[in-house]
Amino acid sequence: MTTEAKPVEERTRVVIRFAGDSGDGMQLTGDRFTQETADFGNDLSTLPNFPAEIRAPAGTLPGVSSFQIHFADYDILTPGDRPDVLVAMNPAALKANIADLQPGGIAIVDAHEFTDRNLKRVGYAANPLEDGSLNDYQLHAIDLTGLTIGAVEEFGLSRKDASRAKNMFALGLVSWMFGRPIDGSIAYLGKKFASAPDIRDANVAALRAGRNFGETTESFAVSYVVKPAVIPAGRYRNISGNTALSYGIVAAGQLSGLPVFLGAYPITPASDILHELSKHKAFGVTTFQAEDEIAGVGAALGASYGGALGVTTTSGPGLALKGETIGLAVMLEVPLLVIDVQRGGPSTGLPTKTEQSDLLQAMNGRNGEAPVPVVAPQSPADCFDAALEAARIAITYRTPVILLSDGYLANGSEPWTLPDVAALPRIEPAFATADPDAVFLPYSRDPETLARPWAPPGVAGLEHRIGGLEKADQTGDISYDPANHDLMVRTRQAKIDGIAAAIPEVTVDDPDGHAKVLVIGWGSTYGPIGAGCRRARLAGHRIAQAHLRHLNPFPANLGEVLAAYERVIVPEMNLGQLRSLLRSKYLVDAEGYNAVRGMPFGAAELGAHFIEICTKTDSDWRQE
Amino acid sequence: MSTDLGMPLGRGLEGVPTTTEAQTRKEFSSDQEVRWCPGCGDYAVLAAVQGFMPELGLRRENIVFISGIGCAARFPYYLDTYGLHSIHGRAPAIATGLATTRPDLSVWVVTGDGDALSIGANHLIHALRRNVNMTILLFNNRIYGLTKGQYSPTSEPGKITKSTPFGSIDAPLNPLSLALGAEATFVARTIDSDRKHLTAVLSAAARHRGTSLVEIYQNCPIFNDGAFDAVKDPETRDDAIIPLEHGQPIRFGLEGHLGVIRAAGGGVEVAEINESNADDVLVHDAYAPDATMAFALSRITDSGVIRRAPIGIFRQVERPTYDDLSREQTALAGDTPTLQDLLDGPDAWTVS
Ligand SMILES: Cc1ncc(C[n+]2csc(CCOP(=O)(O)OP(=O)(O)O)c2C)c(N)n1
Ligand code: SF4
Ligand SMILES: [Mg+2]
Repeated sequence: MTTEAKPVEERTRVVIRFAGDSGDGMQLTGDRFTQETADFGNDLSTLPNFPAEIRAPAGTLPGVSSFQIHFADYDILTPGDRPDVLVAMNPAALKANIADLQPGGIAIVDAHEFTDRNLKRVGYAANPLEDGSLNDYQLHAIDLTGLTIGAVEEFGLSRKDASRAKNMFALGLVSWMFGRPIDGSIAYLGKKFASAPDIRDANVAALRAGRNFGETTESFAVSYVVKPAVIPAGRYRNISGNTALSYGIVAAGQLSGLPVFLGAYPITPASDILHELSKHKAFGVTTFQAEDEIAGVGAALGASYGGALGVTTTSGPGLALKGETIGLAVMLEVPLLVIDVQRGGPSTGLPTKTEQSDLLQAMNGRNGEAPVPVVAPQSPADCFDAALEAARIAITYRTPVILLSDGYLANGSEPWTLPDVAALPRIEPAFATADPDAVFLPYSRDPETLARPWAPPGVAGLEHRIGGLEKADQTGDISYDPANHDLMVRTRQAKIDGIAAAIPEVTVDDPDGHAKVLVIGWGSTYGPIGAGCRRARLAGHRIAQAHLRHLNPFPANLGEVLAAYERVIVPEMNLGQLRSLLRSKYLVDAEGYNAVRGMPFGAAELGAHFIEICTKTDSDWRQE
Repeated sequence: MSTDLGMPLGRGLEGVPTTTEAQTRKEFSSDQEVRWCPGCGDYAVLAAVQGFMPELGLRRENIVFISGIGCAARFPYYLDTYGLHSIHGRAPAIATGLATTRPDLSVWVVTGDGDALSIGANHLIHALRRNVNMTILLFNNRIYGLTKGQYSPTSEPGKITKSTPFGSIDAPLNPLSLALGAEATFVARTIDSDRKHLTAVLSAAARHRGTSLVEIYQNCPIFNDGAFDAVKDPETRDDAIIPLEHGQPIRFGLEGHLGVIRAAGGGVEVAEINESNADDVLVHDAYAPDATMAFALSRITDSGVIRRAPIGIFRQVERPTYDDLSREQTALAGDTPTLQDLLDGPDAWTVS
């Protein structure tokens, strides 16, 4: 052993993946490393990946759970394609993840778990730690379990309990490797295990032991430094998409002065929004776990009818069930916030994986002409702004609004520039008031927004009846008149189309304004598309990027933007849903780049595709 | 049948603003033309409700009728209160959201046998078990009226309808047995044509805190005429209606010669009563905490053609309501923290 200071190498960015059994605490380990990294000042982006089964049999491939973090000394856009460092707590975790590790990357493996039995269980004929199959990597086969048990001996825990702290040993080791401070994690463990001092002390001891192991043992010759990123001044916190979305809903209630009512039925990956919102009763948020998705949206609609901000959260299968009620909300013209955290489909599909394949369901998944505004967040932290924007449209225009998040945004995290609450714009519910000199007309309209009055029960003089049958213009009485129906269908459409006048135009990132290729996307592909464009630009190409917050209506200038480019590329995690909307609305020959693998696009993959497209297009252009 | 049901007034309307001004039946009638078929039982129920509303003394603007889809579901259009004609089967779900957020409203649900027991049965049972404060009027005509005469989940086996030309092979369900199985706290049955009894039951239902389910036998003269003749016809009804009055022996028949007694096997049955078994006649206890007897009573309704049925309040018990408990949790949540504190969280950092 040596006590001399070890050499430190500088890196601009690093991707680490922690992988283990579902029960190994990899998500917690990743969360802690993320917080340490945020404290250190790097820019970062994370992506957990867990199995659909809660506790698949221990040590099996389906039971592997992982957490990836990408951090850098500059602003980054994605959680990274391939890890530079893989921490594998057992043979299953190694087998499931090794193919992704960069050639020459670092593999830290708990050798303790590589028993004949465990190897056999995942189909390793020989021990990969010994058979030379990992020669392309820097392999650190360490008895993490044994070292952990040794480090926590003094606390008198059972062998099993003692070995549970091995994730903290791994965290300590990796924290040392990248010069992360561990004080925050020690404080965290103190709080988390406050009621179990033995466990708390064992975890802290394991964390410290892991760090000391890195510092002293010869097998780690170097450590790395990734300098803090130059980040705009401000206050930050790290936040996941589902938490940001929940906070956006709480904020919408506060900014509008409306009580919030969430009606929801549990479904992955949306349930965490129900869990989070159920904590915030003090903000006037009521949550209702309904008997099914139809009841969830029904109760939310009932609450909206009564003057609350009704919200329902779900994933694709649930959105399918809610369609009829959303249509009723279109007819009733009351505010309603519908959140679909998309996952792989069709049917039950890939519950824990991400996909963008509900766009056309959101646009068209109702009977009749039933236009609904659709908005989408582009990154985990952006879920906050997107939720506020959706609520603002719902309340201002008296309409259901569908917000399309996805599994990647929901569980991924990134630093969030904390908004100054005092500076957030208020949302005005503008409830109807009674005028003793006039007959109340529930289907009269605001000339600017075409919104009808919102008149919840309880106000004398505004008693009225509404329902799903077609309404007579102005009075809202039942009407089967053909001309009236035509007028009302067109009016409901015009109201939604008119929102385009009040939303920002789409902006294009086209550094010198001479690109011929435009890449346009929506939702969570923002980061990978941006990273892909950077690669194309670094390779000397001109390429423009635009990203849509509003999918219905589209921003007013979108047609012009599309027409200004020779080629329009639309990468989507579906088979071309936005592309078909763009093609039909703007008669533009948009080209798709599509994959439905349940995983976000990689920056390298998109970069290579963009370079190929640009090379073809540029060759014409360079001849000019 | 007497209309004093012997029930104390419940707290169902607590929190709903009242008025001291005298109200009239006319004030509760909207300007919409009523469009049920001539002779439809729905007219009688509407008239009873319009006539009875003033008795509650509530502000009209604090009353809301929510319906699903069906003939009966047109009901809200004809009352000058707030009204919401929603979609098929979902009214209890919508009412749950409204009642939970608005304790100042008297919330009513109007539904049919298809609406409540077919497409919306899931919402019905969950509203009942949660005991959300609302009153559900289930118009049971044992047929799908609005879609022109298909059999419903309460139609008798063998029924010939448009969709069952060879006779229905579906087993019907008993709405009140279902409600009792779903932990309902207020379960009653009444008849469209008996204005007094209907009004008395509605009055008790409205005042019950929790979900009240009132099954109304409603005649559909177009598609299922006479389904309830046995309990309506002055010639037969005395022997057909088994009157449930709290605290009273369950005796009926022109000369009181019939009564309900315990049956071998655990249920109850109708028997000829004479001196030898007069003491065996059951005394109705609507407040019994255990629902077993109410359930047994619900079972003596004919599932085929109705020849005899208990009418009245089967069960009325107190249980905390979902909406009260929900509001209680909110009240206990304490002062509103600042939104800024929530957003900042414990781990925020500053870059300068
Ligand atoms: C989703 C949906 N499915 C089917 C219908 C057609 N539908 C309307 S009312 C009805 C049955 C109504 O029967 P019931 O509830 O007994 O009411 P009644 O007309 O007898 O009063 C049906 C099937 C519909 N409106 N919506
Ligand atoms: S079809 Fe039957 S239930 Fe419907 S309105 Fe006519 S009579 Fe009444
Ligand atoms: Mg019916």
